[in-house]
Formats: sequence, structure tokens, C-alpha cells
Amino acid sequence: MEGVAALALSGVDKRFGAVHANRAIDLSVAPGSIHGIVGENGAGKSTLMGVVYGYYRPDAGSIRVDGTPVDIASPQDAIRAGIGMVHQHFMLVETFTVLENILLGAEGGALLARGEIEAREGLARLMAEYALDVDLDARVADLDVGAQQRVEILKALWRGARILILDEPTAVLTPQETDRLFALLAKWRAQGRTVVLITHKLREILAITDRVTVMRRGAVVATLETARTSQDELAELMVGRRVLLRVDKRAAVPGAEILRAENLRHVDVRGVERLRGVSFAVHAGEIVGIAGVSGNGQSELVETLAGLKPLAGGTIVYKGARLGPPGTADAARAVRHAHIAHVPEDRLRMGLIASFAARESAILGYHEDGELGPGPFLDPDATRRRTARLMAAFDVRPPLPDLRSGSFSGGNQQKIVLGREIDRDPDLLIVGQPTRGVDIGAIEFIHRRLVALRDAGKAILLVSCELDEILSLADRILVMFDGRIAGELPRAGADEKHLGLLMAGSAAA
Amino acid sequence: MMDDALAQAVSLLASTLRLAVPLVLAALAGLFAERSGVVDIGLEGKMLAAAFASAAVAHVSGSPWMGLTAAVAVSCALAGVHAYACVTQRGNQVVAGMAINVLAAGTTVVLAYAWFNEGGNTPALPDPARFRAIELPLAAALSGVPVLGRIYAGVVSGHNILVYAAAMLVPLVSFVVFRTRFGLRLRAVGENPHAVDTAGISVSWLRYRAMFACGALCGIAGAYLSTAQGAAFQREMTAGRGFLALAALIFGKWMPVPAVLACLLFAFADALQGRLQGVELPGIGVVPVQAIQAMPYLLTVLLLAGFVGRAVAPKASGVPYAKEK
Repeated sequence: MEGVAALALSGVDKRFGAVHANRAIDLSVAPGSIHGIVGENGAGKSTLMGVVYGYYRPDAGSIRVDGTPVDIASPQDAIRAGIGMVHQHFMLVETFTVLENILLGAEGGALLARGEIEAREGLARLMAEYALDVDLDARVADLDVGAQQRVEILKALWRGARILILDEPTAVLTPQETDRLFALLAKWRAQGRTVVLITHKLREILAITDRVTVMRRGAVVATLETARTSQDELAELMVGRRVLLRVDKRAAVPGAEILRAENLRHVDVRGVERLRGVSFAVHAGEIVGIAGVSGNGQSELVETLAGLKPLAGGTIVYKGARLGPPGTADAARAVRHAHIAHVPEDRLRMGLIASFAARESAILGYHEDGELGPGPFLDPDATRRRTARLMAAFDVRPPLPDLRSGSFSGGNQQKIVLGREIDRDPDLLIVGQPTRGVDIGAIEFIHRRLVALRDAGKAILLVSCELDEILSLADRILVMFDGRIAGELPRAGADEKHLGLLMAGSAAA
Repeated sequence: MMDDALAQAVSLLASTLRLAVPLVLAALAGLFAERSGVVDIGLEGKMLAAAFASAAVAHVSGSPWMGLTAAVAVSCALAGVHAYACVTQRGNQVVAGMAINVLAAGTTVVLAYAWFNEGGNTPALPDPARFRAIELPLAAALSGVPVLGRIYAGVVSGHNILVYAAAMLVPLVSFVVFRTRFGLRLRAVGENPHAVDTAGISVSWLRYRAMFACGALCGIAGAYLSTAQGAAFQREMTAGRGFLALAALIFGKWMPVPAVLACLLFAFADALQGRLQGVELPGIGVVPVQAIQAMPYLLTVLLLAGFVGRAVAPKASGVPYAKEK
């Protein structure tokens, strides 16, 4: 390591109750470099950065910035030490303007007026220098996620950050926006600033970082020169065993049409038109992938198809017959009875109930099955038996039907939900973000199960914001933008650049 | 006839102002609490405790200012308890607020019995121990001027100092909330405390300060009830004003000026019902007193149910702040 580290951690240790989130972490980040941190969910990356940013107090260990020991007890101390952070979930006040958000905590005086004038000038300079254009007077709630991220970066810069930590910054960006962000990070590096990039996308690590630290189960397992490593090596280090990153699958053999959506329209409670005439078909034995930046109508599409949200127009044809109107009291049940399974995007909000035992979450929606108990009663043993069977088939760990659903890791929760839905032998599976917040090992498993289901001749509609997931699973790809299908591509003819342009709404198919 | 109508109007408006003061102060108090993310249904209890403290201390000391100081102190102490329960201990805000109401309702009466033995009330205060009406300059001279002079003398002049204080607090609170650093942080912490925390600002300390501002304003409101508008503490004398103020705050969408206008509307209904009791209305006859007394409350229900539209509360309101994990 050349010279004094911009950021050095030694022996940082942090526990949350029984969870040992960080185990004696040593980390050294060279000045003027981009340092990647990778690890599965729950590996302790975010906790570690929370410690650096003063969000959590470590139980032991010390932090040095530019060689000077610093005591970071609060974000304020971190900001003073020149550390800025762009959080995965933006820390913005949505009802505020961009300027108010940037001023918050750096107001420049007890009255706002003077600070505002100063900030406008200074921010104009920063925006010009780093091509970070945002309208300072726009309400944050009205900005798209890319612009919101620029606000977060401006916030950090305005506070004089020399070390910038970005937590999963590309999760919400199109490939083009990602390129733009990386160009910005490269410029900083050239100016001698330091960047710590937390991500689970190994490709990005290889594309931009100088060095990379791999974390597993709260500990650092390796720090490598990026130039001398590979995706496969990183993945293996993260998981602790060899991982198959690519999904092996045969060409699809599409059969009869299972689902046809005709001109679907949906208007949300605020009167915003979320679906503006969406039409497509899904056949037996194929996976149709819907790509797009989140918030372009994918959630609404999934939820109308699953019977949860009403249509403002259009029809859903399932196996040649029209499906009843969604959004009514019985619609979701009717959908299930028709052998349509739904794995919702947000498993904690819609997929299962965190405070329920796994055996209760594992029967939700199918709890009226006769085999689970007589009449209106549930037989705990029957639910336990069924859940144990699901857990064995879907490799849920730990296989304890009575454990609280929320106590499972994200990947195992997802396997419970997926198992529940696939177990009923659906003809159509609608699945949203199947691997969001799921660790690599479980991703591999879930992907294989989805392909197996397809090979069994079932129709699958897959919605995902992870382009890699779409590219590795889908047989046909539809891109959604602004409530419409912006284009359709066969898997063979799809390249990332073209998809990215479609996702940004700036190209025709 | 014309003169008579004007006299009626002047007296109606003057009493509207007098009735509005505790509502306005309580609504502004609630604004600080709710904008910081603490739902405060304990406005009622803080006001009641303050009213008692104020009357009791004014009675003993003979000074309304001592009474006011005691009222603010007691109300702030209760606000501190509320903040401790809701912010530090992350308790349920509605339960904590209700506890304060129950505590105040019981304690004031018990202490009044124990100290003064007048059926749960405090002894009537002599004039020097109250905030008395102030005649503004030239009021008497101008009262002869038609309309404007009459309004100046009858509506604007002749109130006690707390009425004028409340009037000045409205623009002051507006300024603080929208034009100062504290106000920016206050609005932010009620919407997204995580953003405030990561900006290097203490969420707890901010909420404590907001609650103390809330307590101080409730204190003034309570003192007004027992030592300015009234001349003694009477059991349950707040009579739901804290809740009415909360309703006005929602109706005013958590903005100071609209909330104050809503308070004035409620106060006007109240003033009107006082005048309509026993009056024969053309075509209807005499309306039962109970029906007329219910009017301000009915108005509240109607307004809140029908005319508010979508009232969007500060997003983090009612949610105790906890870092993730």
C-alpha cells in the first residue's frame, strides 16, 4: 500500500444482540482509489459502513482518516472528518425541494435566507464541474431515482466529502446512468479523492475498482487487486464454495398460449396512470422477462395480473377464457383457484408475514385447503407436515416449520414463498424480483427451480430490475417504460446496450 | 337598526377572538409536536394542568405573571414526560398522550380539593391576579368614528395581553417553521428522521425541543383559560379544546396560518352558539340549547369529514424513530 491510507479500520467489531455483524475487521483504503466491498446480504458490509459513518457505535476497534485516529460517534463526526455517504435507500425528505435537502444540516446560519444564496452559488459550481445537473427548486418526490441519487451526491460534496461511500448505488439505475456515475467516480479518483463502493454486482467491481475487499459472515475474507481477480473467484470467496453464475438451460419449446394481456390500463389512487395499454402473451414452456427501471409500471402489472389491483381498461385472457375483473374482493382467490401462482416483489410486505411461524406463512393463500384441517379449523400438525415437505424440497435452512418467518434470511424467506407457490402446480407463475435481497447461493437455486418449472411446460412471467437476471433466465424480453411496453426482444437478439436505451425510454425497439 | 347590527357584529367578532386564543395557541403547540413527528393528543392535558397551575399560583402570589410562569413550567414538564416516553423510550405516542390527559384531569381536581377545598376548583381570582383588558391608544377617542372606529374600539382594542401575544405568535411561528434552521430541521424530522440523522443532526434532541415549544405554548393557553378569560380554575375547564385544536391543525394541513384560520372558524361557531341560545330564529322557532351547543362540534365533524380533502400528515408522524436493525 502506497503512503498513508485515506481510510483505515482496525479490529472493528460490532454485535447486534446475538448477531455478530462485524468480526475484527481490518480494512485499508488507499487515497485516490476506488475500493470495492463485496459480500452477500448479511455479510456485514452495510453495518461496517454504518460504523464508518457514525451510524453505529462499534464495540471495539478504531478508525483512522488520512493517518489520524478519529472518534466517530455520530454522522456529524464523520462529515467533519470528510466522509460522505450515499445510502442505498436515499436519505431525502421527499416533500422538500432539492435545495432544502442539501441545506439540511448545513444551513450556514440560524436563518435560512443567507445560507440559501451561498448554497445556490456553490452548488452551481459543483453541478457544472461534475455534470450533476438537478433543478434545485424541484420537489424531491417529483424527481426520478437517478436525479435523487445526484442530489445525494451533491449533498455529500457540499459538505466537503473527500472520502465518498456509495452503498449499492447502481441498484436503481439504467446501464447508461450507471456509466455516467462511474465516469464521475473515475474523475474523482483522478482528483485524488477516495471512493468506497459497496455492491453485489461483481461485474461493476471489475469494471471500476482498483482493489476489492470480500466479506463473508461479518469477516473480511480477502482483499485483492481487481486487475488480478475474476468474477468466479470473487463469487467463490463470497459464498465460500464454487458457484455457477450462469444458468444452464436448453432452448425454450413454447407451447399453447396461457396468458394474454390486452391493452391493460391501471390508474392508481392518486389518479396517476401507471399502465397505459400493456399487451403481451405468455406461452406454456417459456419464461417471459419484463425488464425496466423500477417504478415504470412493472409492480402495477404484476399486481393487476395477480388480481390485487383493479384495471381501468383492457382484458386478461387466461387459457382462452377471460379472467374476472381484478381488484375485487375475491379476485386474488379466483386467480389462485385458476392455478396462477404469484410470488410478490416485496416478500415482507406481501409474500409472508414476518411475525408468523414459517408453517403459517407457508400456507397463506392456500390455507383453505381441505388437507390442512376440517372446515374452518387449521390443524397445526398438518401445516407443519406440509411446511416440512416444502422446506425439504426447496432447501430452506434451517428447516424448522415453527421458526418465525422473519428470522429466516432473505433467501430462505424467498424459498418459502416460492415453494408455497410452485408446490400447488401452477400453470402460470407470475414472479416479481425473485432474487431481490437474496444471497448468491440462493439465487442459483431459485434460478434453477424457475428453469425447471419452465422445462415442465409451465408459463412464467418474470419481472426483474436486475438486467443480468432477465438476460440469464428469459426466453423473450419485454422492456417497460412509463407504463408501456417500450419494446420486445428475443433473448438471442438482446444486448445490454439496446435494453438500456429501451429502459431509459430513448429508443424504439 | 343598522347601528344595532354593527354592535352585534362587533361583539360577535370580539368574542370570536377571545374564544379563538386557546385554540390558536394549542394548535400552534400541536404544530410543533406533529411537525417533529410526535402525534400529540395530550394538548388537552397540558393545557388543563397549566390552567390549574396558573390559577393556583396566581391565587397564592397575587400575580398573573407568576401564574403564567408556573403554567409554562408545568406544561413543559408534562411535555418533557411525553417526550421521554415517546422519543427516548419509543413508546406509543397516542397512549402516552392519553395518559397525560388522564393524569392532568385527575391530578388537577385532587390537588384543588386538597389545597383549596372548593369542589375541585380554585378560588375566584381578584382582578389584580388576572390578565386584564388593555385599552389600546385612542380607542375611546375613535369609538365615535363610524364602522372603522367602532371596530377598532370594539374588536381590536380591549383584550388582555395574552390575546395580543397569541396574535403575534402566529407570524412568529410561521417564520420559525419556514425561514429558520430550526424550522427546516423540524419539518425534516417529521417527514424523514433518517435523513436528519444521516445529516448529522440528533433526532431526539430535535424532537425534545419541539415538544418543549409545544409545552410552552400549551402553558400559555392554559394560563389564558384560568387567569385571563376566566377568573379561576374549574375542573375539566379545557372542555375538549385540545382536541378541537388538533382538528384545526389537521384541517389546516399542518400549516400555521390555515390552522389558525380553522381555529377562528371554530371560535366563530362557538361565539355564535352563545348568541343563538334562546333566540327565536325566523321560520324555525327556538332551537333547543343542546342542539345549538353542539354546533361547533358538528361543524368540526362536517369539516373534517367532508372538506379537508386528502390531509397528508407529516410522514413520520406517530412513528418512534429507530435506526435500522
